[in-house]
Amino acid sequence: MSRMIRSALMSVLVFTLLAGVVYPLAVTGIAQALFPARANGGIIRKGGVAVGSALIGQQFDGAKYFWGRLSATTPYPYNSASSSGSNLGPDNPELFKAVQSRINALRAADPGNRKPIPVDLVTSSASGLDPDISPAAALWQAGRVARARGLDEAEIRALIRENTRGRFFGIFGEPSVNVLKLDLALDKLKK
Amino acid sequence: MQIVLYFGILGVLAWPLGLYMARVYEGVPCGLDGVLGPLEGLIYKLCGIRPEEEMDWKQYAFAVLVFSAAGVFLLYLLQRAQGMLPLNTQKFGAVSPDLSFNTAISFVSNTDWQNYGGESTMSYLTQMAGLSFQNFLSASAGMAVLVALIRGFKRHSANTIGNFWVDMSRTTIYILIPLSLLYSLLLVSQGVVQSFDKYRTVTLTRTVNYETPKLDANGNPVKDASGSPVMERAQTKQQTIPLGPAASQIAIKQLGTNGGGFFNVNSAHPFEDPTPFSNFLECLAILLIPAALCLTFGKMVGDMRQGWALLVTMFLVLAPLTFLCSKAEQGGNPHFSSMGIDQAASALQPGGNMEGKEVRNGITGSAVWATWTTAASNGSVNSMHDSFTPIGGMMPMLLIQLGEVIFGGVGSGLYGMLIFAIITVFVAGLMVGRTPEYLGKKIEMFEMKMAAFAVLTVNALIKVGTAIAVSTKAGTAGISNPGPHGFSEVLYAFSSFADNNGSAFAGLNGDTVFYNTIGGIIMFFGRFWVIIPVLAIAGSLARKKHVPAGLGTLPTHTPLFVVFLIGVIMIVGALTFMPSLALGPIAEQLMYH
Repeated sequence: MSRMIRSALMSVLVFTLLAGVVYPLAVTGIAQALFPARANGGIIRKGGVAVGSALIGQQFDGAKYFWGRLSATTPYPYNSASSSGSNLGPDNPELFKAVQSRINALRAADPGNRKPIPVDLVTSSASGLDPDISPAAALWQAGRVARARGLDEAEIRALIRENTRGRFFGIFGEPSVNVLKLDLALDKLKK
Repeated sequence: MQIVLYFGILGVLAWPLGLYMARVYEGVPCGLDGVLGPLEGLIYKLCGIRPEEEMDWKQYAFAVLVFSAAGVFLLYLLQRAQGMLPLNTQKFGAVSPDLSFNTAISFVSNTDWQNYGGESTMSYLTQMAGLSFQNFLSASAGMAVLVALIRGFKRHSANTIGNFWVDMSRTTIYILIPLSLLYSLLLVSQGVVQSFDKYRTVTLTRTVNYETPKLDANGNPVKDASGSPVMERAQTKQQTIPLGPAASQIAIKQLGTNGGGFFNVNSAHPFEDPTPFSNFLECLAILLIPAALCLTFGKMVGDMRQGWALLVTMFLVLAPLTFLCSKAEQGGNPHFSSMGIDQAASALQPGGNMEGKEVRNGITGSAVWATWTTAASNGSVNSMHDSFTPIGGMMPMLLIQLGEVIFGGVGSGLYGMLIFAIITVFVAGLMVGRTPEYLGKKIEMFEMKMAAFAVLTVNALIKVGTAIAVSTKAGTAGISNPGPHGFSEVLYAFSSFADNNGSAFAGLNGDTVFYNTIGGIIMFFGRFWVIIPVLAIAGSLARKKHVPAGLGTLPTHTPLFVVFLIGVIMIVGALTFMPSLALGPIAEQLMYH
């Protein structure tokens, strides 16, 4: 009985050390040696200054930039210190309100575009930090961005293609466009 | 297409792993002994474990309980004291007592329900030494109990069912740690963070304008004459990039059917699951060990067909539900069609119900994850189940309510399934006059009593818990969505507690004294009131003699048995919950169009 309790306490301690300290330290050591950039958050720099992470979305608005997903984080969108989805049910009036106001904003920024809006552009992501939009959502905005910047739409489309990641093995997951990378690439073009 | 491949690859990988695990549990050389053998010996010495010593079922159960109790105690202390301990780069204070209680039981019982946001509550030390550690140990305790039950079938005229310390240690050292090491490095290669640095602040290229409730000098929101909060404009030009030893924890949370995320939104967070490849890996990890254990079971009882029969049973239940969930989500939100939104899937967009989903996972990647994580008692999420369509969201809920036996938790899923197999041979025995036997052991009164006790405990916990929550103020206060969807949130939460799943309709605000306390208690009973009867059955079976299969024996590896077993699971699982599902998702679906 008392030997059992001693074994329990000792094994909790020993395994805390093994699985709770040695194992994560070993993983950290190997990871930092093999993939230092990725293990530290995939930081993107612009002129030497860290401006974001390749994996964490940022808020973009205005006609000159590609917009990302809606973000439900508080108190401001894309607050990466507190990830969160909207958790609105599919028939919640709050959901329709959020979607409608996004539609209005998109339409106001690009009144000539009558094409239906890709669904990922009007809905909130699960994390509130989704870095991606679908290629369809990027293409939907290409005309507006081209006009606002006085560029050729073909040039914008080429830039979208460059920043699109395909499916894994061509099968798993979905093709996606990284909004931060795309917008930073836009700023690198003149204008 | 994706779904078919997922199942195929799972089967191919589970086979060798299953045979490897059988070698680990039978104590025969498994290939890693040269490296890990000395470590194993050292641990036994330090802990005063005598590996050759055998336990009867009561000693085994006592060891599980004492070990788990020690784990709860340590995890509680760690959370309460994290403010004073090292590796707290963000200077988080102590976690509240009720939340610490809930989290301690949650992780020790392999539930991993999260009422906290990892990146805003837990220090690196708590995450690593507390939560990661319990991810390993709650998994190996579950697998140890399963192995004890398998020994019950295998042995005859024996009083003992193995040594808990040995089973638990060997599981951790030979199976979980090597697999997790490999997995975590693959995840880092995709961009999952693994670092002890402080959270990093970056300067945005664009200023973000937003509105926030105005606060008075005491930090309380200022209200206008009509009582609604006054908003003020604010802006920020910074973003805080959270870091931490995430990959090492995510590997084991997926492999050990734990599911407790490093970050608040779990694997929907781009730092937990950054690419289609990482999503593929993490999805497979959910079912890998539960599937492989079926084959370990077959190997250990000396009849692989028995293992395959159980694996096929699980597959046959899960596959259609995965397809249904995917179909419902791909169908999108009917309200959106009149709003000028394009929800059709194409080569350029996933389409469908994208609220609460990430673009890189799309619909299929989210639906496969949602159904697999609830079939297994994993409970991690890569999309927000609360925002699923009614039918899409009902599939995960139903899978939890089936009792976490369709794959289920590592160890706990298969011992749950074996309980159903025992009930099935008994029912079949009554119906067609066969002798109720399973794997050469007569099933008698005692086994049936214990099996019924295990199954009914969980069912009762879900219903009583939900009833208390929806009829008290403290319970309904946490609901976030109106109507039947709000009821679904509560029903889902209690299913998740009692069946030790840990996933949630996350709109429910669970971090209240009420939900923390009742949830903790239900998770405790949902776990240990099943483990004790399972070990009792193991002890009783081990004592019995083997009965050679005769004319009256119902073969348990045939398609007929598989169909019958599915029937019993459906009747016990699905039918008991039909009335409550009717009040939640089914009512919602009917009101939906």
